[in-house]
Amino acid sequence: MLEHDVIVIGGGLAGLRAAIEASALVDTAVISRVHPLRSHTKAAQGGINAALANAEKGRDDTPDKHAFDTIKGSDFLADQDAAELMTRMAPECIFELDHWGCAFSRTDEGKIAQRPFGGAGYPRTCYGSDRTGLYLLQTVYEQSVKRNIKEYQEYFVTSLITDGSSCKGVIAINIKTGELVPITAKATILATGGLAWAYSISTNSMINTGNGMMVAYQAGVPLKDMEFIQFHPTGLYPNGVLITEGARGEGGYLVNAKGERFMERYAPKAMELAPRDIVSRSIQKEIDEGRAFESAYVHLDLRHLGREKIMSRLPGIREICLLFAGLDPIDKPIPIRPAAHYTMGGIDCNPDCETPLKGLYAAGECACVSVHGANRLGGNSLLDCVVFGKVAGDKAAKFAKSATGETDKSLVQSSLVREQKRVEALQSGSGTEEPTALRDDARLILTQKVGMFRSGTDLEEALKQIRKLRDRFSRLRPISVDKVFNLDLIRTFEVEAMLELAEIITASALARKESRGAHVRLDFPQRDDEHFLKHTLAHCTPKGPTLDYSDVKITRYKPEARKY
Amino acid sequence: MKNKRDTAALTILRYDPAKSTEPHYETYDVRAAKDTTVLDALFQILENQDHSLTFRYSCRSAVCGSCAMFINGRYKLACSTLISEIGRDVIIQPLPHMPVIKDLVVDLTTFFEKYKVVKPYVVPIKPPPEKEWIQSPQQRSKIDDSTDCILCAACYSSCPSVWTGKKYLGPAAILQAYRFAADSRDGILRDRVELLGSEDGLWRCHTIFNCTEACPKSLNPARFIESLKRTATKETLKARIPFLH
Repeated sequence: MLEHDVIVIGGGLAGLRAAIEASALVDTAVISRVHPLRSHTKAAQGGINAALANAEKGRDDTPDKHAFDTIKGSDFLADQDAAELMTRMAPECIFELDHWGCAFSRTDEGKIAQRPFGGAGYPRTCYGSDRTGLYLLQTVYEQSVKRNIKEYQEYFVTSLITDGSSCKGVIAINIKTGELVPITAKATILATGGLAWAYSISTNSMINTGNGMMVAYQAGVPLKDMEFIQFHPTGLYPNGVLITEGARGEGGYLVNAKGERFMERYAPKAMELAPRDIVSRSIQKEIDEGRAFESAYVHLDLRHLGREKIMSRLPGIREICLLFAGLDPIDKPIPIRPAAHYTMGGIDCNPDCETPLKGLYAAGECACVSVHGANRLGGNSLLDCVVFGKVAGDKAAKFAKSATGETDKSLVQSSLVREQKRVEALQSGSGTEEPTALRDDARLILTQKVGMFRSGTDLEEALKQIRKLRDRFSRLRPISVDKVFNLDLIRTFEVEAMLELAEIITASALARKESRGAHVRLDFPQRDDEHFLKHTLAHCTPKGPTLDYSDVKITRYKPEARKY
Repeated sequence: MKNKRDTAALTILRYDPAKSTEPHYETYDVRAAKDTTVLDALFQILENQDHSLTFRYSCRSAVCGSCAMFINGRYKLACSTLISEIGRDVIIQPLPHMPVIKDLVVDLTTFFEKYKVVKPYVVPIKPPPEKEWIQSPQQRSKIDDSTDCILCAACYSSCPSVWTGKKYLGPAAILQAYRFAADSRDGILRDRVELLGSEDGLWRCHTIFNCTEACPKSLNPARFIESLKRTATKETLKARIPFLH
């Protein structure tokens, strides 16, 4: 049997950072559905926040100011102790990455370069041109190679092994052989990323389907604040590929079809560098009110930055534009529209990354500590991965070290048999429903009715339709019985997760009768601190999600009106 | 930007070791609008025509390195190859000269083993400072481009020296070695050069430039290999002829 002290599910930035930390203390393995170097972290572009005060205009920056910007950006839904912890640990974590060789861009003095990002008082975003995610993922992967950390590449986790009170490991499909295998551990860390692929227009990798959140939820762990989905203002039109916020950080303009820099109307001070929820809604308003090109997109104009700046600071953006839009941003503005980008919510955990299930930890986008609250600031997600990856690895390793007792073999066996039966049931289905067609329907419903602007009637309708899709999922056509690299089977597991998560997002959104951060209810346009300054918790029951709430931790920053 | 619906024929080299010992070609008709990528078309086939088709994918934005394939005789990333730009008859093969697991999925075990041989991480000689290392923009520029490799294995698959020398590290691993050797934060240049100095290292490269032609990220691995050859020669001479110091 495959057995380790700590297993980390997910080989992105949070997962590998956790594995590096844990491996210093105990036997650690990384389990990933792809080769770790194919993880979504690699697609991050603009940078990672830390109050280093390296930039000319950022000399007065401090972790406290970073914490305040993060909390204000979150529309005061972030837990303030967690945000303070993250911003306090940020500088040391960035220096550590530099010591490991991360290819950050440099200032003239040879320090790590920093650029302005949305919602931040100072240029605080450390970057490596516009390939920061690639450089960070390389760096932590390199460190995992150096430490010879065991990897299970192309293993897709289908469920947790749990006796109801603690987590004992996972059951996973070895994609290369088709075999279901148990991998047991004293502590398990979920670092599986977000679910923005559940929306039809998304900046995300296609593997971001929320399956890690799903296995936690099915094991009884609540999912927190799932109604908060971030739409990135600048997804390339039409396919949604990410155009970094760094493009605006470097000075790019947003322009509508009438030639107006329309952000003037919505955030006259911060303009293009208002937080993402505000910029995305502004773009969508321009589109909805008929001031878009072809009624579909606006322009991100970089031409005034000049060739040299574009080539040195934004070469990856230029490459993306050339490849996917057939245009050169040196000569032409970039067509963009908002695209689903980030899951602020996720697996309920505390600042020690502990979930309510003993032995189960969560870090990165799949987790909800919560540091991002109702809206995440650009540059804070990579930081979240690094900081809480490190915390999760440390806490999980210490837990594993002190854990006693043998693995309950009958529990492992019964979990394995349950998953085998689940696969067999999918492969012997007698229905005709096409799983990916259900997925496409769900993605459309989420995009149209559970998007940037929501209403009670739309959400109720969406909930009804999603439940119908879930019902149809029980009547699937037989899924392929191939053993080796059975994409049909893996993608059916994805669809199952996406449908269930769609229901949770929608139910959570319907119950939150206020507007806060990324969650805007046209029927409840104001923030309502009296009733909704609290986290939503969705629990798994046979009848679908049931909701309750937990308090937001306030330390020093009283909720105030959010103006930019 | 309205797209005209059109079609394309995708001919794919199929191989399933569980079902047959021989690979064979199968052709599928797909819808291909102006912005349809080869990866989009593969998904159309998987979802609507043949649930057994297999290929790797992840970011679909040309950065994760999953979907390197041999498309119409060229090394390409399926996700960033527009059908409208390469013609409506598309022939897709897995990366050549690599063991095939199934269909377009190749076994990259050896590729990544060789990557790990070159010590692909910074090894500082001094304890790190309290803050970041001071690295000037000029020093940083020495590793430009070499940091942008996505390890898709296209160059490795294209290299005749890899085809004929099974132990040869190949262009991607050597590019990585360059990336660390050239980094001002690294302190083991001599060890790196020694590690690469064997006949399965640098000197197996015969400057054929297939790697440079194959790279879907337009990098130039051959340039980095050449640069390391010069460094290796210099370092070796320095070691043997003391007065050169």
